[in-house]
Amino acid sequence: MISLFGETGLPPSVVFMGGAFLIPLIKGRWKSVFMLLLPLLTLYMVFTIPEGNQWVISFLDHDLILGRIDRLSRIFSYIFLLISFIAVIFSLKIEDDLQYAAGFAYAGGALGVTFAGDLFSLYIFWEIMAIASTFLIIAGRTQAARSAAFRYIMVHIFGGLSLLAGIVLYVQNHGTTEFSYIGLSGIDSWLIFLGIAVNAAIPPLHPWLSDAYPEATVTGAVFLSAFTTKSAVYVMARTFPGTELLIWIGALMTIIPIFYAEMENDIRRVLAYSLINQVGFMMCGIGIGTQLALNGTVSHAFCHILYKALLFMSAGAVLHMTGKSRCTDLGGLYKTMPLTCMFCIIGAASISAFPLFSGFVSKSMILSAAAHDKMAIVWLLLLFSSAGVTQHAGIKVPFFLFFGHDSGIRVKEPPVHMMIAMGIAAFLCIFLGVRYDLLYSILPYEVDYLPYTEAHVMGQLQLLLFGALAFCLMVLSGYYLSEIRAINLDTDWFYRKGGRFFHQTVSRLLNGMNAWFHHVFAEKLAAGAAKFAAQAPVLLVLFIATPIIRRKREDLAAANRKAESIRSAMITLSVPIGISAAAAALFFTMLFLFMHL
Amino acid sequence: MKKELKIFDKPETVTRFLLVFYGSLLGLLMVDFFIQKHADFPWEEVPGFFAAYGFISCVAFIFIAKGIRLIVKRKEDYYD
Repeated sequence: MISLFGETGLPPSVVFMGGAFLIPLIKGRWKSVFMLLLPLLTLYMVFTIPEGNQWVISFLDHDLILGRIDRLSRIFSYIFLLISFIAVIFSLKIEDDLQYAAGFAYAGGALGVTFAGDLFSLYIFWEIMAIASTFLIIAGRTQAARSAAFRYIMVHIFGGLSLLAGIVLYVQNHGTTEFSYIGLSGIDSWLIFLGIAVNAAIPPLHPWLSDAYPEATVTGAVFLSAFTTKSAVYVMARTFPGTELLIWIGALMTIIPIFYAEMENDIRRVLAYSLINQVGFMMCGIGIGTQLALNGTVSHAFCHILYKALLFMSAGAVLHMTGKSRCTDLGGLYKTMPLTCMFCIIGAASISAFPLFSGFVSKSMILSAAAHDKMAIVWLLLLFSSAGVTQHAGIKVPFFLFFGHDSGIRVKEPPVHMMIAMGIAAFLCIFLGVRYDLLYSILPYEVDYLPYTEAHVMGQLQLLLFGALAFCLMVLSGYYLSEIRAINLDTDWFYRKGGRFFHQTVSRLLNGMNAWFHHVFAEKLAAGAAKFAAQAPVLLVLFIATPIIRRKREDLAAANRKAESIRSAMITLSVPIGISAAAAALFFTMLFLFMHL
Repeated sequence: MKKELKIFDKPETVTRFLLVFYGSLLGLLMVDFFIQKHADFPWEEVPGFFAAYGFISCVAFIFIAKGIRLIVKRKEDYYD
């Protein structure tokens, strides 16, 4: 076993993807055992591999590095493997090989991206993730899911091609395939940046996420919430740390989606928008680029994956049991789902960065990094969106699902395996909030940071609780946004409506051209040519013959009769054959004489 | 079926819950005056700054969201 996983064995990404192919072949209980063991054994393997470049394959003139092991790649692989394990537990009873295989291939792609040491293998695993994740959306098996999956893969093909073009130019310009700091300079780096930005869901490139994730299966959404955006965070942290543009992108990214989350009716779409907001904090941290900011980004990605998965699991559990995911259809579920409700509240408290929950120990580092560098506007923007997170994710999600108006729905708690998965994630959310030192000890840089100072705890409590007071007063006074059955336009309007408009315009233009050409060439021109071919000889003969006939005959009527008889003879082709033969013989004789004399 | 939880069905429970909540807010504001601050920005040291910022942000946030909704709201079958 160890040799399979050791330095000479297979890299973690390949182990996972190989596992994906084996899953459909294994039956019954062994399938569950296999799927649970795979992340755990891989975790052990990653834990024991020494730092440095492993699994280096020479390919053409370059080295493909499938195992660059350092502190940054290690911590991302830990959380990817941990969440794979939890997501597998959550999906144990769905018995859908398509989702299992897609989930493992997708996680394997994310591991491949994490451990890639060169740009080519990065690109390969990047595309594997895009394709595998699409199947988790298609597996929703509804028309809406299939349409969303189509839009999803189109956007990712665009992002992937941009990344590829950037990589090719970069390798051409710099003569190296090394996957490390790039920084914004020439067109090559901008293309790479754009490719990563698509996967990181940076506005206005974000709507693939809020469009597709809510259409995925209950369990697929848990996988999806973890890998694509966070592997993009990882790649961005490697290639563009300290890029000032990212500070502003990140700050705006924390703010724009929270309004959408607040307006949205579908609870999984609320979570999707809040996911974008959380990635915004990470982008901002990468942009600031100090050791504290990067540590904050990495630890926030770590904590975020757990609480976001927990929130997606609890919303998924409600969807699984009730078949509904709209706020307008739900409410009052705490009465029969108290444990799911509790798990959801733990996730909500973590994402709100409530003290003693995981978000607090990670997000604080990013805000402190902004404050230490005296970025007042950025800091105020981040603080504003932190208050906004409390509104839409911290309070709205649990409130409208489990409290609010009583929908009259009385369903049981979800199956035990789902409860266990949520329980593990919830435990980790609190554990990381309390034993933050363990998390800090595996961060990429040395940590000199204390999250629990009196002033900081006090500030955060005030921010959150007075935000909650605002919610409370507005709900009680009726000023709060009413829950309504509606959708909200986002930038995907441009390719959803724009795509349709383009299709209609092109269809009208090309079909119009087609009809015009048919009319002109097939109908008019061909008919004209046929008519010409039929009549031209007659007219030609008459043109030559008429003056001769007229001269010979004084009587005009007789001349016309003769002309008419020639015309009918030409049309019926009943011309005396001797004349034509004589003319042809004359022609050839002339030709012969011209050529030889 | 198991028996249901109904604690929030009683109005007095909700009232008690809200009273505890309001009380803890007041407590937070009081304690704020006695805390050692180590601020990066001067306004962080103003007692109640975070409370005011949190409250105003959230009220503004909801009103802005209402405004945006006027522009972007569409029927559920808009794209069908």
